[in-house]
Amino acid sequence: MLHETAIVLISFLYLGVLFAIAYYADERADAGRSIIASPYVYSLSLAVYATAWTFYGSVGRAASDGVGFLPIYVGPTLMIALWWVVLRKILRISKQNRITSLADFVASRYGKSALLGGLVTVIAVIGILPYISLQLKAVSSSFTILVHYPEITIPAAAGAVSSRQDTALWVALILAAFTIAFGTRHLDAAEHHQGMVAAIAFESLVKLLAFLAVGTFVTFGMYNGLGDVFARAAAVPKLRAMLTPLEGVAGNYSTWVWLTILSMMAIMFLPRQFQVAVIENVDEKHLNKAIWLFPVYMIAINVFVLPIAFGGLLRFPDGSVDADTFVLTLPMVEKQELLALLVFIGGLSAATGMVIVETIALSTMVCNDLVMPVLLRLRGLRLVERPDLTGLLLGIRRGAIVLVLLLGYIYFKVAGEAYALVSIGLISFAAVAQFAPAILGGIFWKDGTRVGALCGLLAGFAVWLYTLLLPALARSGWLPIALLDQGPFGIALLKPLQLFGLTGLDQISHAMIWSMIANVGAYVAGSLFSSPSADEHRQASLFVDVFRHTGGAGGARFWRGTASVPDLYGLLARFLGTATADGAFHDYAAARGLRWPDEQLVADAELVHYVEVQLAGAIGAASARVMVASVVKEEALTIEEVREILDEASQVVVYSHRLQQKSRELEAATAELRQANERLTELDRLKDDFVSTVTHELRTPLTSIRAFTEILLEDPEVDADQRRKFLGIITKEAERLTRLINQVLDLSKIESGKADWVESRVDMKEVISDTLAAMEQLFRERNIRVEARMPHKVSTVKVDLDRMVQVMLNLLSNAAKFCDAASGRIEVALSERDGTLRVDVSDNGRGIGAENHEAIFGKFHQVGDTLTDKPHGSGLGLHISRQIVEHFGGRMWVESSLGRGARFSFTLPTGAGA
Amino acid sequence: MSELESKSQRFVALCMLGMVLFNYPILALFNVPGTLFGVPTLYAYVFIAWAALVGLMAYVAESGG
Repeated sequence: MLHETAIVLISFLYLGVLFAIAYYADERADAGRSIIASPYVYSLSLAVYATAWTFYGSVGRAASDGVGFLPIYVGPTLMIALWWVVLRKILRISKQNRITSLADFVASRYGKSALLGGLVTVIAVIGILPYISLQLKAVSSSFTILVHYPEITIPAAAGAVSSRQDTALWVALILAAFTIAFGTRHLDAAEHHQGMVAAIAFESLVKLLAFLAVGTFVTFGMYNGLGDVFARAAAVPKLRAMLTPLEGVAGNYSTWVWLTILSMMAIMFLPRQFQVAVIENVDEKHLNKAIWLFPVYMIAINVFVLPIAFGGLLRFPDGSVDADTFVLTLPMVEKQELLALLVFIGGLSAATGMVIVETIALSTMVCNDLVMPVLLRLRGLRLVERPDLTGLLLGIRRGAIVLVLLLGYIYFKVAGEAYALVSIGLISFAAVAQFAPAILGGIFWKDGTRVGALCGLLAGFAVWLYTLLLPALARSGWLPIALLDQGPFGIALLKPLQLFGLTGLDQISHAMIWSMIANVGAYVAGSLFSSPSADEHRQASLFVDVFRHTGGAGGARFWRGTASVPDLYGLLARFLGTATADGAFHDYAAARGLRWPDEQLVADAELVHYVEVQLAGAIGAASARVMVASVVKEEALTIEEVREILDEASQVVVYSHRLQQKSRELEAATAELRQANERLTELDRLKDDFVSTVTHELRTPLTSIRAFTEILLEDPEVDADQRRKFLGIITKEAERLTRLINQVLDLSKIESGKADWVESRVDMKEVISDTLAAMEQLFRERNIRVEARMPHKVSTVKVDLDRMVQVMLNLLSNAAKFCDAASGRIEVALSERDGTLRVDVSDNGRGIGAENHEAIFGKFHQVGDTLTDKPHGSGLGLHISRQIVEHFGGRMWVESSLGRGARFSFTLPTGAGA
Repeated sequence: MSELESKSQRFVALCMLGMVLFNYPILALFNVPGTLFGVPTLYAYVFIAWAALVGLMAYVAESGG
């Protein structure tokens, strides 16, 4: 049995647990061991997006049009895909400028404009009211339903109304007290509420578990799985249309698209999403995980929406039970007391999470961007001279929280009746979507100006008021309904739901089209037809080029004037308290290697900027600007000067880019030089080797010539036979000398490119035959069998005939030299393939080891042991042959292994085939 | 910087992919009677495509940078 007192008690117990978590997290944060510095907590805290709307309203929406609830979650998934580009930039900007809220962000971007900050605050507060009223409605009606357990009593039924409205007021007041305890216990310069974030993350778990529990119960407890639910629904004619809902019950595709776009904006610009995603973010890197964990959460909490919706429609076929309550009434009608209680707690957690974060975000905006700028300007209050303002700041915030919740309650009483949960929430979505042009434009478009942003916001907000809020009030009976039916003063063109005669759209699409046209149009036009002030110019650059301005001192470059350290310290102490101010100054000094207050700080531009940023964290950028200006003597920079500084900055960037490029080029050049130097050293060494080898080779025949001539000269007694033998040797050695010198000359000509090449079409068959004929005598002397295998006809090649003869002579004489001494065999083969002529010269000599296959083509390479073997040639023949073949575009190589003969081959392109 | 740049481009491409998947005319292809694994075609498609998109986002988010 569920008693009213028991439910109230359990609710308070739950809130107590939340508070304990928040308290513990705050303690841990103070001790420097934060429990929220985790991507998982960050992702869960983002799930504050799922409110009572998701918890109760999605099923209600699904029960009326099937897929209509889904764009609200698919849209954010698409936007989150862009977070890496958009949110990362907003995060960086907010960290550098100590942004404290959405309004602060807009105000700061457009020259720290207090007017703009105030306007954003007003739009946010009015726009969010329906959303807060939605939460109050959900909590109070779920409470009312639960206390009537086991009967199913829908609150709208007669008799229940007055008690429920009381409930809503109580809920509003309790939540206000709770939020105050949560969010405004003390003033944090960075607006971090670690305790709140921890509690929100916990709430996200609770609502997910509760929803999955009821989903599992309905799908698998009441029915036999997903297939069963849908099969039964398909059997009911009334429900069949909802299985293919698009172009039917869910409206057309444009509704789907507009809802998607709308929720893409909402996930970025709802004040509470901005609060958890940007302000409470402690580490940019958490984005990596949140980008997919948060969408996974959204999928999980939506999986059971359709089964519950269809389950509810099947269970309550007469329509007596409001579909927005199916999540709760299904367990109740099945007598699942505990599950119903768990659902109530889940819904409570969804609603409280939203209300807490939303009102904290709104109260920060109201305080920093609406009330403080006004109070500070009222000189009569002498606020600037008050010694301690922290109490005042906290007081304003607490008041704002109560005010926002009470306004939400009033909206609930005024207009909450006429709409289902989701329709109420969408009105708020459309309101915050108005921030999109000013913010997105502001971070990517430098020329967006304050005037443009003001015009855009005003125009968009006005259209929103006219096309969404006004009809909501009219439908609730607070304005004459004729306004909707006939238009104001009977002008049909101005009908709020068919503005300028635009029909065929649902209310949200209609409002979005007109408000976006007005908003973007006014923003762009206003920006293009107004000129920015120096402040705006500077802020635009700091925001748009945030990734170029590294470090926090980006703004300090733009300040010129005089200030004193005690003044600045006093200012900070007044707003943040002396302890925080001491800490801030201590940090500042420590970062510069000084010990404050023992060592004096210089009140330069950097310190002034630092103080302003600290102050902005507490009272917003616009107010901080005013306060700092009150204690320092500033010289206003003209817009030209700001431009100059910006230009200088970009010049420096350009220069440093150029410098980097130059140094890269230099490095490349150095590397090339080093290589060239190595090559030269190598060549030098080769030349030395060459010279010494040539000298050595020349000396050998010279020595023997000299020795034999000396013998002949000194000993006339030498007999004729002996003499002839000696003279034969001398002639042979002289020939060798001549050949050697010829070859050296030849080589130097080829290598220096001075050789004369006489090219003509040559038939290699003839070359080979002629060479073989010329060497016939030699072969016969040495008893060498020569075999030539040549095709009948081959293509001619364009080469130097004499050179080719030289190559063949060289290869054949080498083969003759090295083939088997007893029974030598040489094989010459000519073949043609694919435009290439190939000549192989094989012998049956002792072969060449693989390690020498390349070396033998080097200069003066003698195969074999040079110490024991008599050299068989100059050692230049193969080298020159290869040079010749390569000159004509061919290749020369050897295939051989020791003991198995050698085959020298070369190719020549015929120039015909290939 | 180039790695960040390529990651950004991958995410933008994924967003565009999502816009195509969850829009006319692809949606219309699945807005037909019949079931997939016992679930009406359109609903099955939306959840499968959604999960696939999030899977790709996880891959891009966790790879590199």
